[in-house]
Amino acid sequence: MNQEKKITMAHGSGGRATNDLIKEVFAHEFTNPVLDAMEDAAVVPGSGRIAVTTDSFVVDPLEFPGGDIGRLAVCGTVNDLLMRGAQPKYLTCGFVLQEGLELGVLQRIVHSLAVTAREAGVTVVAGDTKVVEGNGGLIINTAGVGFVPDDVCICASNCQVGDAILVSGDLGDHHAAILSRRMNISNSIVSDCAPLGEMVQALLEKGIRVHCLRDITRGGLGTVLKELAETSQVTMAVEEELLPVNAQVRDFCGLMGLDPLYMGNEGKLIAFVAPEDAPLACEIISGCAYGTRAAVIGTVTDEMPGSAYVKTSIGGKRVLDILFGEGLPRIC
Amino acid sequence: MTDISQKITQMKTWLAAYDGPDISIMEVCGSHTAAISKYGISGLLSEKLHLISGPGCPVCVTPTGYIDRLIELSMEKNTTVVTFGDLIRVPGREKSLAEAKGEGASVEMVYSPFDLMRLAKERPHQRFVFAAVGFETTAPVYAMLLKQLVEADMTNVQLLTALKTMPPVIRWLCEHGDGIDGFLAPGHVAAVTGSDLFRPLAEQYYVPFGVAGFGAEELLLAVYGTFRAVEQYRESGIRPEVKNYYPAVVSPQGNQKARELVDRYFEPCDALWRGIGVIADSGRRLREPYAQFDAGSDLVMEDRKKNQACRCDQILMGKALPGDCPLFGGVCTPMNPQGACMVSEEGSCHQYLMYHRTR
Repeated sequence: MNQEKKITMAHGSGGRATNDLIKEVFAHEFTNPVLDAMEDAAVVPGSGRIAVTTDSFVVDPLEFPGGDIGRLAVCGTVNDLLMRGAQPKYLTCGFVLQEGLELGVLQRIVHSLAVTAREAGVTVVAGDTKVVEGNGGLIINTAGVGFVPDDVCICASNCQVGDAILVSGDLGDHHAAILSRRMNISNSIVSDCAPLGEMVQALLEKGIRVHCLRDITRGGLGTVLKELAETSQVTMAVEEELLPVNAQVRDFCGLMGLDPLYMGNEGKLIAFVAPEDAPLACEIISGCAYGTRAAVIGTVTDEMPGSAYVKTSIGGKRVLDILFGEGLPRIC
Repeated sequence: MTDISQKITQMKTWLAAYDGPDISIMEVCGSHTAAISKYGISGLLSEKLHLISGPGCPVCVTPTGYIDRLIELSMEKNTTVVTFGDLIRVPGREKSLAEAKGEGASVEMVYSPFDLMRLAKERPHQRFVFAAVGFETTAPVYAMLLKQLVEADMTNVQLLTALKTMPPVIRWLCEHGDGIDGFLAPGHVAAVTGSDLFRPLAEQYYVPFGVAGFGAEELLLAVYGTFRAVEQYRESGIRPEVKNYYPAVVSPQGNQKARELVDRYFEPCDALWRGIGVIADSGRRLREPYAQFDAGSDLVMEDRKKNQACRCDQILMGKALPGDCPLFGGVCTPMNPQGACMVSEEGSCHQYLMYHRTR
């Protein structure tokens, strides 16, 4: 298909142009027996404890250093499944294309989505496209399905006093990459957009007592800590000096008046594990492709149930609350 | 223990143990208020030592009439109001720019005034009014913008100015304030003006000024040094002076070039401060030859509270803490702000609420 061609309303007509679009852009990228049957609904095997999630992706720009909306859609969805200890299996994708979207861009994004799905071990079993008026944008909606082993109990209300708090790497990379791109600031910050299956599977396989997992997305670590403190009715005590932040992101934040604690990631998780398991858990995550900068950042205490704080470099105590409003709109 | 960590421990020990007469230091910079929360500095102080947030956040000191005027402009035909993020949610007498936008007003948010140049070039038939608020730190940016507008001969951009300067409001606080014993001088402002700017005030009112940076250690050093200066003045009569705790960025003379640029386009004028009133010579307005770039800034004369119970005025002057306001955290939250101090990230009410500060 010609790189300069653009999406028009005809592509959403349901007629020939729609068929061509599906055939040429989507079908061969996502090919698998379930999807290739082109039925109205996918019928797939599965039983037991099923994890289900849905997400919509509206990031601007569509392509950014370190990823694109296609990769983001897969990562965002599978990571949500993983945070319940599920093994991600199936994915559905709804594409809402705006008139004027370049076909070349769409092809790249669909390709990236397909590649990331393979990396994450999920099969795209259902899809849909719609065309709406607009100016070249793209929205992706997904649903994800995974299976949770019987003995796994990982949830937001399960953080326990004494737990070690780990993060899988540097804070704020995705947020800083998107913002830099939007502001035309040249630096080499790249989004951390990544599927976290490898590290979650490894933690579970090696018998780490994982009590809770969360991916650190919009709102950043500060928001996640406060939310989990409330849900589990415990206190999150973390140390500023232990928080991993890439030097360039730190400088960027200083310049922009931003706080890495409240900046979103798309390929980082926070894990609450039994204290005796913390060193091994950190080693396991560090050994994974997307976890090389993992660190233990604090502990769960019972000082003030429902609250979270950071011990600052000069020994001050800074109470954390949920990020108010949107630190930066349309980052995911 | 390294020298630095030893010094920090010493400072913290003194700050926590101080048991003399109460000392209140005011920070007149929103970024300092935010940094004090961020590093948890207020929690390191004895009950006798007080850090008070003053009128140092540009959004917080902007009168409601200014917001109302922006809203009026945003409703005019072929006119777009362009602002930084914070201002868009500040309530005017009845509503905010964000609410007006929801009702069809034309309002755009930018990250830098130079995004405005791009917008204005793309749409030459649209009139863009930029909400130019700020202190000495931001004024050079607006001057630079004007320089570019003049050079590019662009006629579809105007400024609604509410520019303010620090020394007159500090003087006002020295005369009308309530037991302010010293000031943390704003580091960014001082980078432009020079630390010498505060010398006449220190000499006339016998109050120390600590020019402070924004890192944890340098801020702690300035806080400690300024409290100590008050103590030493009281105990030994050592004359308070201006001390520069941010020498890497601030010099005694400041940035001469930036000031010249500002002076080329702007002249001093009286300015209306939210909750305080008019302070003589405390503002900057466009000089006569550039009047075509002004969107009627002189017409902004009104400052009326959205909610009569709001105590932002007292809080801005350091006469009350955010927690003293009956609206704080209940009726007035970042989601439903009644006053500008709850909107701006650097506003004292916002900071006290978000970081659960009580002092």
